[in-house]
Amino acid sequence: MMIRGLILLILAGLSAPVLADSRMDAAPYAYVQLKDPAKERQAKELMATIRCLVCQGQSIADSDAEMAGDMRSLIRERIEKGEKPEAIRAWLVERYGDWVTYAPPTRGSSLVLWGLPLVLLMFGTGLAMSRIRRKAR
Amino acid sequence: MIAEIGLGLLWLAAGLAVLQSVLGGLALKLTHRPDLGGAIKPVAIAQGVLATCAFVVLVYLFMISDMSVKLVADNSHSEKPWLYKFSGSWGNHEGSMLLWVTILALSGGGIALLERRVRRDTLIATLMAQGLIALGFYAFLLFSSNPFARLNPAPSDGNGLNPLLQDPGLALHPPTLYLGYVGMSVAFSFAVGALLTKDVGPAFARAMRPWVLGAWVFLTLGITAGSYWAYYELGWGGWWFWDPVENASLMPWLAATALLHSVTVLATRDALRAWTIMLAVVAFSMSMIGTFLVRSGILTSVHAFAVDPQRGTFILALLLIYIGAALTLFALRVGTVREGATFEPVSREAALVLNNLFLTVILGVVLIGTLYPIVAQAMGQQISIGPPYFNPAAGSVALLLVVAMAAGPLMRWRRDGAGALMRRMALPLALGAVVMGLVRLMAPEISILSWLGLSAAALAAAGSLAPLWGRNLRRTPLFTWGMVVSHLGVAVALAGMATDTAFMKERLVAVSEGEAADVGPYSVRLVMVAPVIGPNWTALEATMEAQRGTSRPFTLKPQARNYSNPPTDTSEAAISTRWDGQLYAVLGKQNADGSWQLRLWWKPWVTLIWLGGGLIALGGVLSLLGRLWRERRGLGEATHA
Repeated sequence: MMIRGLILLILAGLSAPVLADSRMDAAPYAYVQLKDPAKERQAKELMATIRCLVCQGQSIADSDAEMAGDMRSLIRERIEKGEKPEAIRAWLVERYGDWVTYAPPTRGSSLVLWGLPLVLLMFGTGLAMSRIRRKAR
Repeated sequence: MIAEIGLGLLWLAAGLAVLQSVLGGLALKLTHRPDLGGAIKPVAIAQGVLATCAFVVLVYLFMISDMSVKLVADNSHSEKPWLYKFSGSWGNHEGSMLLWVTILALSGGGIALLERRVRRDTLIATLMAQGLIALGFYAFLLFSSNPFARLNPAPSDGNGLNPLLQDPGLALHPPTLYLGYVGMSVAFSFAVGALLTKDVGPAFARAMRPWVLGAWVFLTLGITAGSYWAYYELGWGGWWFWDPVENASLMPWLAATALLHSVTVLATRDALRAWTIMLAVVAFSMSMIGTFLVRSGILTSVHAFAVDPQRGTFILALLLIYIGAALTLFALRVGTVREGATFEPVSREAALVLNNLFLTVILGVVLIGTLYPIVAQAMGQQISIGPPYFNPAAGSVALLLVVAMAAGPLMRWRRDGAGALMRRMALPLALGAVVMGLVRLMAPEISILSWLGLSAAALAAAGSLAPLWGRNLRRTPLFTWGMVVSHLGVAVALAGMATDTAFMKERLVAVSEGEAADVGPYSVRLVMVAPVIGPNWTALEATMEAQRGTSRPFTLKPQARNYSNPPTDTSEAAISTRWDGQLYAVLGKQNADGSWQLRLWWKPWVTLIWLGGGLIALGGVLSLLGRLWRERRGLGEATHA
C-alpha cells in the first residue's frame, strides 16, 4: 500500500521539474552545502521539516523538484547570514501558510494533537491500575 | 470471453459469500438443524477456490496483454518484461482489491478446512463473519471497481506501468501487506464469533493466535521491505517519512503487536479477555482505515475524494458499517465476557498490560497525526504534520515501550517481587547506563532522541537475551527463542535508526571526470559517465571508485534513467553495503562547466534497521512454528490417551 503513495509522491516530484523546467541552472545552494558543518546541520534539520509545495508529501530535503531546490537554497543562504531556523520557518509560514511546515501549529485546535495522546496515556494508566488493584485484592 | 469468465467467477464467489453468511446466521439460530452448520464449510472452501480462479484469470489477461480489457490497457504494455506484467496485475486499484478479497476468501476456506480447536458453533459464527466481510469487498469490486471491464475499441497497446513500480520489490510488497491486513480480518472474525457464542477463553485465544502471529509477520515484512524500497528508490537516503501511506501500514502493525501480546496472556493465563476482543476489533479497524486511506484517494486531497466520490464513499461506508457493527456487538456482549484470572501489579501480565498501553498511545499518536490534516482540510484549514510531531510524540513513548520490553520477559506470571526483578535487570540497566554515558562524552552534539535511542537499544539488547541466561539452549522452547529473536530485532533496528540519524555523513558535490570527493571515511572518485541501454529504458551511468584509506577500492554505478513507456526520468542510486554501513551514491545533473552533480552519503550501521525488521519477523515465524508444533504434539498425545 505504501508503494502507491510513494509512487504518487515521486511522480509529482519528478514530473514537476519536467513541467516547470526553466532550463536555468539550479539555485546556488540547492545542491551545495554550507562550509560550516554546524550551520549545514541547522539548515538540514529545518529543510527536513519544510514541505515541498509542488510534490506529493515530500520535504524539500528529499525532492528533485526545482522549487524544492530554490527553497533549500533560500534556507541555506539565510542560515549562512546567521538567521535562526525558527525565524526562517515563521517567515515561510507567513508566506505560504501552515501547509508549508511539517511542524503543526501549537495553538488553537491543533493542541489536541498533543493533548489526546496524553489523555489516552493517563486514562489508560488509571484504568489499568484500578483493574490490577481490584484484582489483587 | 476470458474476461467475462473472470467476471462470472467473481459473481459466483459473491453469491457464495451471501450463502455463507445466511447459512451461518440460520445455523446459529436454528440449533436443531445441524445440517445447516455442516454446509457452511464446503461453501467457504468453494468461495475460496472461485475467488482464486477469478484472480488467476486476471493474471492471465495481464500475461497475454489482452488490451481489450480496460485495466490491462491502462496499466500494462506488451513490451514489458514478464515479471512486471505478472506483478502489474495487482499494481493498480482494481487488481489489488481483487487480490485483497482473494486472500480473504482463501483464508476463510483455510479456516473451514483446518481449524479444529474452537467449538463448532464458534467456528460457524467465525465463518459467517468472514462471509459478511468478503461480501462488502465483492460488492465494492463488482459495483465500483470491476477489474474485468472491457474497452471498445481495444487500443493497439497499453499505457505501460509506472517505471518506479518496475522493480522486483513490487512483485512482493503489496501481497505481503495484504496478507497481513487480511490476517487481521480473520482474527477479527474469530473475535466476533467468540462474542456471538459467548466463548471468549483460552481455547479461542489459541485458535486466533496463529492468525495474529502470521498476519503480524507479514505486516512486519511488508513494512520493512517498503522502507528499504523507499530508501533505495527515492534516492535521498531516507528510510521513513511519516507519510500517510506509510502510517496506514504502521497502524495495523501497532495494533497487531498489542493484540499478539494480549492474546498470549489470554491463551496462557486466561486474563485480559475483554481487552483482547477490543484489540482484535481495533486491529481490524486499522486495516480497514489503511485500505480506506490508500484506496479512496483522500490522501491526494479531500477535493480529489470529492471529485470521484463513488469509490471513496463506498469504501468509507464499508469502513463505518464494519467498525460500527463490531463496536456495537462489543458493547452489547462485553457484559457476558466473564472477568479472567487475576494478577499482581508486579507480574508478567502487568508488564504486558504496560506494553499494550504504550502501543495504544503510539497508535493514537499515529492515528491522530494522520487523520487530523484530512479533517482540518475538510474544514478549510491546510496544515501539515510530519517528523516534528511524530518523532517526539511517538518516539518518547516508544522508548518507554522498549524499556518495558526488556523487563517484561524477565518477570514471572501472576506475581513477582520488585527487588528480584531489579536484580535480574541489573546487567541490562548497567549496560544502558554505560552506553548513555559514553555517547554523551564522545558525541555530545547528537539529538536527545538519538542519544536515548542508542542507550535504550543497548539496554533492550541485553534484556532481550537475558531470558536465555542459565538455560539449556537446546531445551529452550522454540517460541521462547521466537520472543528473544523478535525483541533483539527491535533493539537492533532501534540501534540502526539512532546511529544513522546521529552519525550519517552527507556530501553534495560537483566533480569532473577523474576528480574525487570525500564522504565520511571514504574517498569517491568519478571515473567516467557513459550512456547505457536497458530493456525499456536508456540511462546515463556513472562509474565511481570508492576507497577507505588504503584498503581495496570498489566500484559504484549509479544511473539517471529515462523510461520510454510512459516517458519518465528516475534516478537509480548505487548502494554498496560494507560491514559497518552503506555507501550511497546518486548521479545528478551535469553542470554547464561539464562537471557532474553527485550526492554521496555514508550511512553507518543503517543496515541494522532492516536486519532488525527481518529479525522481528523471524522471531514471529519461530514462535508460530513452536506453538503449532507443540499443539500438534499435544493433540497427538490426547488422541493416544
